[in-house]
Amino acid sequence: MPFKSTVGDYQTVATLETFGFLPPMTQDEIYDQIAYIIAQGWSPLIEHVHPSRSMATYWSFWKLPFFGEKDLSVIVNELESCHRAYPDHHVRLVGYDAYTQSQGACFVVFEGR
Amino acid sequence: MSKKYDAGVKEYRDTYWTPDYVPLDTDLLACFKCTGQEGVPKEEVAAAVAAESSTGTWSTVWSELLTDLDFYKGRAYRIEDVPGDKESFYAFIAYPLDLFEEGSITNVLTSLVGNVFGFKALRHLRLEDIRFPMAFIKTCMGPPNGIVVERDRMNKYGRPLLGCTIKPKLGLSGKNYGRVVYECLRGGLDFTKDDENINSQPFQRWQNRFEFVAEAVKSAEAETGEKKGHYLNCTAATPEEMYERAEFAKELGQPIIMHDYITGGFTANTGLAKWCRKNGMLLHIHRAMHAVIDRHPKHGIHFRVLAKCLRLSGGDQLHTGTVVGKLEGDRQSTLGYIDQLRESFVPEDRSRGNFFDQDWGSMGGVFAVASGGIHVWHMPALVAIFGDDSVLQFGGGTHGHPWGSAAGAAANRVALEACVKARNAGREIEKEGRDILTEAAKHSPELAIALETWKEIKFEFDTVDKLDVH
Repeated sequence: MPFKSTVGDYQTVATLETFGFLPPMTQDEIYDQIAYIIAQGWSPLIEHVHPSRSMATYWSFWKLPFFGEKDLSVIVNELESCHRAYPDHHVRLVGYDAYTQSQGACFVVFEGR
Repeated sequence: MSKKYDAGVKEYRDTYWTPDYVPLDTDLLACFKCTGQEGVPKEEVAAAVAAESSTGTWSTVWSELLTDLDFYKGRAYRIEDVPGDKESFYAFIAYPLDLFEEGSITNVLTSLVGNVFGFKALRHLRLEDIRFPMAFIKTCMGPPNGIVVERDRMNKYGRPLLGCTIKPKLGLSGKNYGRVVYECLRGGLDFTKDDENINSQPFQRWQNRFEFVAEAVKSAEAETGEKKGHYLNCTAATPEEMYERAEFAKELGQPIIMHDYITGGFTANTGLAKWCRKNGMLLHIHRAMHAVIDRHPKHGIHFRVLAKCLRLSGGDQLHTGTVVGKLEGDRQSTLGYIDQLRESFVPEDRSRGNFFDQDWGSMGGVFAVASGGIHVWHMPALVAIFGDDSVLQFGGGTHGHPWGSAAGAAANRVALEACVKARNAGREIEKEGRDILTEAAKHSPELAIALETWKEIKFEFDTVDKLDVH
């Protein structure tokens, strides 16, 4: 009788912190997360880095944080512009909370290759 | 005019019951739930508690007249009924700031919960809450790092952190133990934890454990690309050994160590917290023995007091119970004391068991750790109850996965992220929990199997210690 195991093999995956274990988000899902950031009163900001440096604390800013921006489509367009300018870089969206000086949200939107 | 010495026994209430007293901002205030012996008036009981926990002795003594005792005495200033309880009442007591050494939680507790708890005029006594004045708080260092710095060091944002205790909790060799750490971390957890019982036993000496664990943490970081840590338990028989272990954890480049603050003691804890601040190390705090002290509704110390004391003594993470798992914990009461760990100001709110306004000033926050008998099905409730500034720890819920710890870890991580994503998108995650997890499992066989494995388990016993509310 051939050996048949019910135990699967879990392969280690390289991930990029928060939401790294979920499938890539759809455009609508990204909109939801940006809306959440803005509704919390946080400033959206965009950062990018070459995958070889993904564990570095400081990724490059894309422009400056979008202080006070309330328009979701502006942020979506900036994410896409950043991705076009650095197609091989990881691009992440941060919800920056000036009150705590922390990041209320932070996740990678485009993975570089 | 100076007073005259009048030897003998006076009623406590003549000196220590002062219903007209208006507490000062610098007073340390305490609320005790008192159950007196039959026939003893409430005012006398309250005054006795104030006296015995501050300047009083059973008999008047001549040497009292060498000082201005009115300046130093504790005062019972208010008595309140306990809702739904005829035999007990709340006594509110104000203590002048100068009764306590700066920065010493040990000193505060020695006074407030010292001899008075064995006092014969009382049947039971429970310290429900302390209002620490800002003047005292500023003399304490508090958490070595705080929530914001811990997030920055660990690079974890926008979600609760995920951990688990290594099991079996006793009996693994150092190398086997490191293997389990590695499996959990490579599978997607942020932290693993020494069980509190693990110190340095014959089957696994601490140095051996630290070395294998350090390698496991580094390997998992290299392979996953994420920051990882393991709470290396430095609790030891003596402070010297505790510091030796902490120093070695630092030498190995580890980010976090651990201490058991009640069995280890407040003096040891405050010392280790200061060492952590100086050495850039995070500090995870376990609370073994707390239930001995805090579980009886009429005697002991409520956990909210022990939680406040820990924030002052120092720690970056503290176990708080899970509300939903196998261990005791009422939801409102738990929310009340996790506020005390994390917020900068907590208003009086009896529905959460907070008896005073508590201003924490600039003191850093402590992550609330939920651990014990929880599994993936609890995830939506845990995220809703504890919010982002928490560490959710699944022991059996990780290692008990049919494919092993790595797959169990991945299942928990997928479930956590699915809940956070859904919450951010405006969904009611407690109500829609089943749908959210089922959807997420479509992309994760590990989660699908975990959901199947634990679908039947419930822990639905009523809590023993409930808030006193109408």
